[in-house]
Amino acid sequence: MLPYLRLGPFLLQLPGLALLIGVWIGLSLAEKEAKRINLRSDNIYNLVFYGLVSGLVGARLAYAARYASVYLENPLSLFALNANTLSIWEGLLVGLLVSTIYAQRKGMPLKLTLDALAPGLAVFMVFFGIGHLLSGDAFGAPTRLPWSVYLWNEYRHPSQVYEILAALGVFYLLWKQPPGERGSGSNFLWLIALSAAARLFLEAFRGDSLLWLGGLRAAQVISLGIMLAALWGMRSFQPKERSENQ
Amino acid sequence: MGVTAWVSDGRRWSGLILALAILGGAWTWMSRLPAVATTNGAPPPSPREGFSAPDFTLDLLGGGQVRLADLRGKVVMVNFWATWCPPCRAEMPAIEKIYRAYKDLGLEVLAVNTTDQDSESAAADFIEEFGLTFPVPLDRTGAVSASYILRGLPSTYFIDRKGVIRAVVVGGPMSEALIQSKVEELLKGD
Repeated sequence: MLPYLRLGPFLLQLPGLALLIGVWIGLSLAEKEAKRINLRSDNIYNLVFYGLVSGLVGARLAYAARYASVYLENPLSLFALNANTLSIWEGLLVGLLVSTIYAQRKGMPLKLTLDALAPGLAVFMVFFGIGHLLSGDAFGAPTRLPWSVYLWNEYRHPSQVYEILAALGVFYLLWKQPPGERGSGSNFLWLIALSAAARLFLEAFRGDSLLWLGGLRAAQVISLGIMLAALWGMRSFQPKERSENQ
Repeated sequence: MGVTAWVSDGRRWSGLILALAILGGAWTWMSRLPAVATTNGAPPPSPREGFSAPDFTLDLLGGGQVRLADLRGKVVMVNFWATWCPPCRAEMPAIEKIYRAYKDLGLEVLAVNTTDQDSESAAADFIEEFGLTFPVPLDRTGAVSASYILRGLPSTYFIDRKGVIRAVVVGGPMSEALIQSKVEELLKGD
């Protein structure tokens, strides 16, 4: 765990840096994949870029709306470089919405677009895991194994390492040997299904699981549902109706 | 890859999905937990929700000492701050207001100044300027910041009467409503 690095007066937030690098590499891979399946790569770039920027702005505005009185008194805090004053879910929603509108206006074919994004998203998941490793979040259940790590005053499963390895495996598969036909949209569904399967399996070794009734781990129940839905949806993506790119 | 063939064969694919549903369901069932494992009994000290707050003894601004463990039985809000940190400054008046309103009901506030990256005189001026009345421990060596693995200023820990951290807020400024809701929730507990 190494949450920050002190560089003179600057405090470098390493988990945030890992996410930034993940976005950067993911974006360049998405552009490459777009070229490979004959989609305009600048459209893919803009789609992601606008989504990210609007998502960030939306997340901050949503947070400010929740604490309106404080932000009205101190409107400059709207521009604070602080990830803790972001409302993640609202931001995600805004970003997705803006990306969708952009894609529609540019007439980007859905299945091609999703498949172009798949390897980039997969590599981002790897860096998401690295972020967890740096921050010590998403930590493992206490255990004594030869590969246990000492974290938060306990020997634990190195759950973040499991997460990174699983994400690397998914990425390798999607990049080198995509299970579906490139551009059919099914590789995106494979990414969803495989990531959900990995979470379903690995959540059992986590020490911070949110529990639902009966002690079921929420993430497992949700992942199971997502995995099955993605596999189910794959069938309808099978017919090879290749939408032509403009 | 034979994957495409599998997907196209409706029956085989449905069979596979069914098998995975059973397998995944079984795994989920097997890995369920009896209770919230980390918060049973006396959890080990760690600067996270559900763990005991790491103890410290520090000198106070203006003289005297404070030990966190001595405050067991009270609800304690530990706030790390520095004078050069705008959100820290911004949230101080709200903290003061809530401290005055709830201290007789069992709330203690420790506004730990990160003196290793600040100055004692600046802290004293600041406290005077804002008319703050809660105790201000001085972390001169940075040891307490380190044991709380501070990830940014301000960082605030809401600790229940048993000494267990119940909420962590990194960054600010915290709204009055946020502080108030956390404090009231903990004061209600035993």
